[in-house]
Amino acid sequence: MTDKTTGLFSDYIAGRISRRELMTRAGKLGLGAAAIGTMLGGAQTRAMAANFDWQKEKGKAIKLLLNKHPYTNSLLMQIENFKALTGLAVTWDIFPEDVYFDKVTTALSSKSTGYDAFMTGAYQTWQYGPAGWLVDLNEFIKDPAATSPDWNVGDILPGLLHSDAWSGVPGEPLGGPNAKQWALPWGFELNSIAYNKRMFDQAKIEPPKNLPDLIEKAVKVQTDVKGIYGVGVRGSRSWATIHPGYLSGLTSYGGADFTVENGKLKSAVNSPQCKAFTKLWVDMIQKAGPKNWTNYTWYEVGSDLGAGTSAMIFDADILGFFQQSGDTKEKGNIGFEGFAANPDKKEPTPNVWIWSLAINAASNNKSAAWLFLQWAAATQQCLFAATKADLVDPVRQSVWDDKGFQTRLNDKFAGYLEQYKASAPGSKIYFTPQPLFFNLTTDWAASLQKMYAKEVGVDEGLDQLAENVMKQLTDAGIAQ
Amino acid sequence: MSTSGVAGVNARPVPRRHGARMAGVLPYLLSMPALLACVGILIPFINAVYYSLQRYNLAFPTTRKFIWFGNYVSLLSDAGFWHTILVSMTYTILTVGLELLLGLGIAMLLWRRTLVTNLLSVALILPLMVAPAIASLMWKLMTNANFGILSYFVSLLGFHDFKWASAPQTAMFTVVLVDMWVYTPFITILLLAGLRGLPRQPFEAAELDGVPATFVFFRIMLPMLFPYILTAGLFRMLDSIQQFDIIYAMTQGGPGDTLMVFQIQAYTQAFIFTNIGRASAILVILWAITYALSNVFVKNWLRLRERARGRA
Repeated sequence: MTDKTTGLFSDYIAGRISRRELMTRAGKLGLGAAAIGTMLGGAQTRAMAANFDWQKEKGKAIKLLLNKHPYTNSLLMQIENFKALTGLAVTWDIFPEDVYFDKVTTALSSKSTGYDAFMTGAYQTWQYGPAGWLVDLNEFIKDPAATSPDWNVGDILPGLLHSDAWSGVPGEPLGGPNAKQWALPWGFELNSIAYNKRMFDQAKIEPPKNLPDLIEKAVKVQTDVKGIYGVGVRGSRSWATIHPGYLSGLTSYGGADFTVENGKLKSAVNSPQCKAFTKLWVDMIQKAGPKNWTNYTWYEVGSDLGAGTSAMIFDADILGFFQQSGDTKEKGNIGFEGFAANPDKKEPTPNVWIWSLAINAASNNKSAAWLFLQWAAATQQCLFAATKADLVDPVRQSVWDDKGFQTRLNDKFAGYLEQYKASAPGSKIYFTPQPLFFNLTTDWAASLQKMYAKEVGVDEGLDQLAENVMKQLTDAGIAQ
Repeated sequence: MSTSGVAGVNARPVPRRHGARMAGVLPYLLSMPALLACVGILIPFINAVYYSLQRYNLAFPTTRKFIWFGNYVSLLSDAGFWHTILVSMTYTILTVGLELLLGLGIAMLLWRRTLVTNLLSVALILPLMVAPAIASLMWKLMTNANFGILSYFVSLLGFHDFKWASAPQTAMFTVVLVDMWVYTPFITILLLAGLRGLPRQPFEAAELDGVPATFVFFRIMLPMLFPYILTAGLFRMLDSIQQFDIIYAMTQGGPGDTLMVFQIQAYTQAFIFTNIGRASAILVILWAITYALSNVFVKNWLRLRERARGRA
């Protein structure tokens, strides 16, 4: 790389030239898109090193535990820059999501020092944090010697940052006064509708406005377009079935998992609102869902949309994005729409999933691991990942405000940004934080499967679930 | 010569005493590896029993305490756990029974050595070389409602909405089918070895006398083959009652609780709910059931062996 080329990218990072000028001059230097991306990453890395000693842990090695995900790819694309910036050796293991969290739980609970940092969701920290398996990141974030002055924690969307912080007291809100920062948000997803425009045009329908409308249109499109089904949602016997479309819709109908009375939790899964919504949800899947719904994880939901097997999905917004950005059969046909399930509500209430990074409390390299977290969630890295890779829901406001990012979305993912803007205001984690999260949601998914198979009615199934949840909470000493 | 020999013996008393001492210690030394292996096996088992007597959830480290048989009482008073016992036993009986029948049938077809049967015997081993979890994923794809080849075939037979492992009505059938595909060759190979090791004279005598084939099968071949059948059945029973990979890969114990067998129940408790105490109690109960069933098999096997010796 010549000094002229290096200077060009450094000028851009320093704000001395515009993006358009960068592209023009890079073109004149004979640089292709891939080379521009790589050099931009390198320039961002050099810029990060200006005001902070990133080499303080030089010579050490860290190991990461990662989930197989497009967000992970965006991280690993730049990992060489991180190594160069810090002088750290970095290795990693990647596991598919079906087994990923079991692997994390095993590694953490055994107090293994094998992994220093790992990907997690906010819900998982409710189990891992109080058990003493995670490092409270406040000790790094609030330490000027540990954190770069340019890192700007205030740029991270506050709702997301707070969602990864919890006191450990069941029912207490996320991000409350005694909350510990168990993880650092890095990418997230809201739940909305992604649909196949070609199929919707063929069936002469518009995107659905609410759940009854969705059921009607899902049935119509699967009747009018041969060989497809109407709507894809997750259905496996797992916690992951509950948090996307189901909880988002349930919230819109006024339902919730718990109520908190006198500081104690009381199950609310059998409330009239929950029952009303769940009846519609089960009806939707029975009439227009995939035939083998009980096996459906996010992989199947997404791939069916991309393969033209389903007409729409009510799931993570990024799932539709990946079908539009990847090499799928229906690339170019995917549309996006914010969604309020309740006909009486206008504003969507998507439950949020936050891909976060956390540090293993048993790690021998916590400071080095913090350098990794800091780098992964830094503005420069997030911007690169959002514009050059598929970190499509970045956690930094400055990235959402970036014209290049907005242009990319508007040019190739029409409707995505509008969907985000419609969904974001009402979005948050709607689960009540409590350490038996996986017990509740796994049993909830099993109950939905029974209702779908008509082994049990919705009312009876939710009553049984509530009773079961209360028994488990009582046994654990955290129930009313 | 003899003098020198006596003198030689008398001249070396120490080595002989050493040799005698060694001879006394040798049996203990020789059994040391077995003893160490036994201790190695027992440590995790004793650990599991120890955990099963505690309230021990990794997510609640401060609440850990001895509750003695609390986990067992809780399990045995839980209808869901009795359902687990029922599902596990049903799965075991179906897989072992059907695989024995099918394995015996195939073994009989391959009994006579020809070029074709030799080739088929080799081909038969192929499913055994596939890891059960991989086999399950393969079957999951073949039974996929959208593009699965088996779904296509059953649709030709008029079953357009056959849901395989996704519906409670057909889930057990589907996983038993996969189990049979993976493990029937194992039974076949064992029984084929048994069949080929049977003495030929009784069969030749029966053939000369014109004894009907059903009589030969039920009164000559089956009794002689029974120890082999019991051995194959014991091995498969031990494996089937502890089934995990096939069912977990296909349904995670669902739909609902349809296929919630022992190991998946224990896995869920341990690795998802982090409830080590309850998971350990499930595994101890599974051990007790397996031990009891194994005893039945072994006692019958010994009885049959004694009867065979008596006849001989």
